[in-house]
Order: sequence, then structure tokens, then C-alpha cells
Amino acid sequence: MTKPTDSALTASRLNESAKMTSHRQWVHVVDNFFQSRWKGLSVAIPYVWLVIFFLIPFFIVLKISFAESLIASPPFSSLFEWSEDAALKMTLIFDNFAYLWEDDLYVKTYLNSVKISTISTILCLLIGYPMAYAIVRASGTMKYLLLLMVILPFWTSFLLRVYAWMGILADQGTLNSFLIWAGIIDQPIRMMYSEFAVYIGIVYSYLPFMILPLYANLEKLDLTLHEAASDLGAHPITVFFTVTLPLTIPGIIAGGLLVFIPATGEFVIPDLLGGGNVLMIGRVLYDEFNSNHDWPVAAAVAIALLILLVIPMMFYQHAQSRQINN
Amino acid sequence: MPSQERDAFLDRPWKDSTAEPFIRIEGVTKRFGTFTAVEAVSLDIYKGELFSLLGGSGCGKTTLLRMLAGFEEPTAGHIYIDGVDMIDVPAYARPVNMMFQSYALFPHMSVEDNVAYGLKRDGVSKAEISQRVADMLSMVELLELQKRKPHQLSGGQRQRVALARALVKRPKLLLLDEPLAALDKRLREQTQFELMNIQDQLGVTFIVVTHDQEEAMTLSTRIAVMDHGQIIQVGEPSEVYERPQTKDIANFIGTINMFDGEVMSSNDSFLLRCPKISKPLKLPSQAELNIGQQVTLAIRPEKIKMTLEDPHDSLQITLRGEVLEFAYMGNISIYRVKIEGEVVLQITIPNLDRMAERKIEWDDQVFISWHPENSLVLRD
Repeated sequence: MTKPTDSALTASRLNESAKMTSHRQWVHVVDNFFQSRWKGLSVAIPYVWLVIFFLIPFFIVLKISFAESLIASPPFSSLFEWSEDAALKMTLIFDNFAYLWEDDLYVKTYLNSVKISTISTILCLLIGYPMAYAIVRASGTMKYLLLLMVILPFWTSFLLRVYAWMGILADQGTLNSFLIWAGIIDQPIRMMYSEFAVYIGIVYSYLPFMILPLYANLEKLDLTLHEAASDLGAHPITVFFTVTLPLTIPGIIAGGLLVFIPATGEFVIPDLLGGGNVLMIGRVLYDEFNSNHDWPVAAAVAIALLILLVIPMMFYQHAQSRQINN
Repeated sequence: MPSQERDAFLDRPWKDSTAEPFIRIEGVTKRFGTFTAVEAVSLDIYKGELFSLLGGSGCGKTTLLRMLAGFEEPTAGHIYIDGVDMIDVPAYARPVNMMFQSYALFPHMSVEDNVAYGLKRDGVSKAEISQRVADMLSMVELLELQKRKPHQLSGGQRQRVALARALVKRPKLLLLDEPLAALDKRLREQTQFELMNIQDQLGVTFIVVTHDQEEAMTLSTRIAVMDHGQIIQVGEPSEVYERPQTKDIANFIGTINMFDGEVMSSNDSFLLRCPKISKPLKLPSQAELNIGQQVTLAIRPEKIKMTLEDPHDSLQITLRGEVLEFAYMGNISIYRVKIEGEVVLQITIPNLDRMAERKIEWDDQVFISWHPENSLVLRD
């Protein structure tokens, strides 16, 4: 009597488990389907975005840079032409790039842009590093308050903040008025429309981009490493140069690039604070485009700037991949 | 002083009242805001000791160690190392090195550079640095891995780099914060003996912070048991184990069976009347006791004998019980035996024979007995 019952039970169990398995498999298949779809979609969206809003405009600009300036609409020649024998003819004109190289103005402007953004980056690093360090070391509420103060300027328009600096730095501006009132100077100091004003503007505007990656890097740093170094006989200054600094190089590079790259192409700050006295590539680009209506040269300036900036980017990528490999 | 006695003092300077301590901690208190981490700790530690600070988490042992290293400043009290007051000496100038619980190896430096770091700070010549680093690395058997970065090493290897880095400066005092906590059991046992060997070879004084009582027992010359920022007992491992001063210590170090009751007297000795057990239990004779006092009789599991027949020994305390459960551990077996009054005792029996004639098993009726002199009297 017991045996058949047993086997019946086993059979029903088997049956049940088979059902369960098929059900599970089905769920699995559906899950897989959606998972792979979603995965594909979530990866595709940023790429589609990049293609539409970066790659296509980039090729349009590249195309214009190889064209010839015309008084027409659009104000440049077409790259592709159907010749009489129905063949597609492509005309690449390198004159614009040659022109950039031949004309002193452009080379000088590029060099000056790189100089200004390099010095600004170094200034941001020198000011931002101690600030990031202090924020990391601050306790509890104070830390978040300090971080908030770093991010706070982003809540106001960038343009407005640069205008505010015009008010501060002008001959009759806040700073000069204060210095005269305090009896430090008799005559207002000329600060507007100089490289000095541009440096102030860039360092002020881009400092948070230096502080935040440095903060993130320093925050991760294990403080027991400092104790270990100090325990092994290192003076606090030595601890900084042998332990803290080498371990924050990724943060320094990230912050440096976040300041250097946008600062090199900066247009608003040199235009408003530097006036005509400070040559920076962003302004030249703008003038070529809007005042001279020479779109091909403007496009060539933009492409050359891009190439100039891709080099430090590649350096950064290389450094990062090397770090990951380590 | 007889020479034999003097020799004993050479090994155990803490027994010699005239010996100069190497480290003197005098009334050290540390407060963080309103929280007192370490309270009025005084401790003398002698040269060449392997001294353990033992206690649960938050007992103040690590804070005390950090004050010795110079990472924390005592709120009150003094710390003398080799006779010098360390209060105003910053961490980097102390003749002390520390091995961190997390090892704190510099991730951007090779093994070699990690070990050389301390020597470079002291301005030792290049040739001497490479010699001493090589010596140290060969001692911890890492010479062939010297070019590796810390993340390319296993946990045990990292631990040895940390040890080499702390020892290469030949400190007078080495502080070890939970040195073995991150290692697996096998490696831990092996490293324990390595540490003892190294300590023996170099004659450095070690202070080890640990929460692991077994580790403290095997490693140390002496143990200080800490609780709530205070030291509650200092002694050699056997003293702390065999003569714990409080119930807490007895419970923290090893396992112990306890009977609470009232002291009563009979002819020549004291007995304990335990409300749960009908028969009064004989107390050890050395204990100073008063009649009517509430005390606890404590007996270690390995000091209890368990037999199937009545031993008929009037010198011993004999009770009847029933085996509730037992665990075979290989070298020993642990039994839980219920005696009268629902009292459950733990007993460990060495497995002397591979196959006992009749192993004691579940539900067996047994006689358990112990010699009163092997038991302890504890007060709260």
C-alpha cells in the first residue's frame, strides 16, 4: 500500500517541480529580454545624444573650416559639387589653417590663451588645495556648510557674476572706492580691461571646479596613512609632500583639466573684464564669426582650439588608464 | 638575594619591586568631550615585555595605545618612555613605532619604499638604508616581493610588510593594534609565533592591543584587562586565567561555571549554600570569607571531572547530573551537564583515547566532581 502512494506522491512532486521550472524559465526569459533591451537602451541614449549634439555639429564645423568664404548665404562655399560628367567633386581648402599659422595674431592668441589658462589653473590649485583640505578636515555641520559655500555661486548666473566683478574692479568701483576711503591710494588703480582682471575672473569662476574633485580625492584618503608617516618620523610638511600630495595627483589632474580646458576657450570673461586688451582665442573666434563674417576662418580657429585641447585630454586619459591598471 | 630568585626576577621584572619600568603610565585620563575613554590608568611596563591590553570594543585600549604613539594627548597624567616625559613630544619624534590594524601601508610606494620610509626620514645613508631594508625583508621573508605595490600582496604579506616597516627603525617600543585581527585562523596562529620569535630576537618591548583573549594568552608576558576606560586586572596570563579578580574578567577570559550563594561555616572550612542546590558546596580554603557573605563560587570547565561511577572521594565535591549535549572538538569534548536545580554546567574533557570504552553520551547519568582548591571565590 505504501509503495504506490509513495510513487504517486513523487510523481506529483516531480510534475509540480517541472511546472515550477518552466514557470521560472519563462520569467527568466522575459527578464533577460527586458534586461538586455534596457541595458542597450540606457547605453544608447547618451551615445545618441553625443552624435546629435556633438558629433554632427563637429563635422559641420569641420566641413566649414575646409570651405571658402563667400558673400552669400550661407557665407561659405560648398564642399561637394557635381561636376559636368556627373562625378562628385570634393574641394578641400586648407587656406584657412595656413592662414592661422601665417598670421601672427592667431599664434600669439593661442599662446596667450594657453598662458592665461595655465597660470589660472596653477592659481586655482594653489588656492583650491588648501581650501579642499580644510573642508575635508572640518567637522560635521561645518564641512557641509563649507561645501555649500563652494557650490553656492552656481545658483547665480555666470554672466551676472562676471558683471558683478566689473562693478568691483571698475575705476570708480567698489574696490577702488574702498582703497581710497581707507587712505591706501589717492588715485584709482586701473584694474579693469587688463590681464589681472581676466585672472581674477577666471580664478573666481573656475575655483569650484578645482575644489570639488580635490575634495572628493582628499575625502577618500585614509587618515591613518598620515599617522603612519608621522609615526615613522615624518614632520607634518614631509607627510604632505611624501604621502598626501602623491595620493591626490588624480584629483589635481581632474581639477586641473576642469579648469584648464574651459578657461582656454573662455569668451565671456576676457570680453567683459579684459576688453580689447587681452587676446584670448574665444574672443577672436567670436570676432571672426560676428564681426568679420568669415565663417571658414572661425571654424578653423575652433578646430585648431579643439586639437589644442585634445592633447591634454589624451594625457589625462592615459594617466587614468595607467592608474586603473595599477 | 639568592641567585635563583634573582634569575626569576630577570625574567619577571614586574615581581621585583626595585626594577625600573621602561614605560611608566601615570594617572592617564583621556576625555573626548563628555565621554571618558581612558580613566586614571597607571601602568608600569618593563623592557622586553610583550604586554597585552585586552578588552572589548570601546574599553579604551586603542585610545591608550594612541596616546603612547602620540596621536592623542592625554587630558591628564603623564607617560614616560625610558624615563623621558612624552607629553610634549610629537608623534614623529617619539622612539616608538606602531603597526596599525589596517596596516596603513602607503599605496603609492613599493614594499621596499614602504619599509625604507622611516629610515629616509632619519637621514640614514643610502647604502645603510638598502642594507637594513633588505635585512628586514629577508627576516619577514618578503625579499623577492620588494618591488611589488601593497595591493599586489595578500593579507598576510601586507601584515609582514607593516611589521617590517615598524621594526626597521629599531624602535625602543613597538605598538601593535590588533595585529592579527585581519588574518585567518591558520595564518594567525603561525604569525603569533613569528611575532614572539621576532620579539625574542630583537628584544624590543611590544605593547599589543587585542580583543582576542586567546591571542593575549598565547602572546603575552603580562595582560592588562581593560573595561570602561579602566584597568581591572594586570597579571601574567596564568594569573589572569586562574585567579580572575571579578566575575566580568572570569567571564571574559575563557569559560567559567558559577554558583551564587551565601557563605556558611562547618567545623574547619567554609561552605557555600547555593539556593538551587540541596548540598552545600565546599569553598577553597585560602579565600578570606565571612559567614553570611554573598559570594560566587567559580570553576573552570576543564577542572571538573566527569565519571559514570561515583568516585567516592570525600575530598572532592561530587554532584549528580545528566548529559544534555556534547560537542566533539577533536582534541577535547565539551559537555553540558544538568545538575539538580536546573543548573547547567560546562565541562571539557580531553579525548585521551581514540576510542573510549564507553563514551559518555546524551542522557547519560554522570557524577561530576572537582577539588575545592581548584575553584575560585569571586565577588561582584
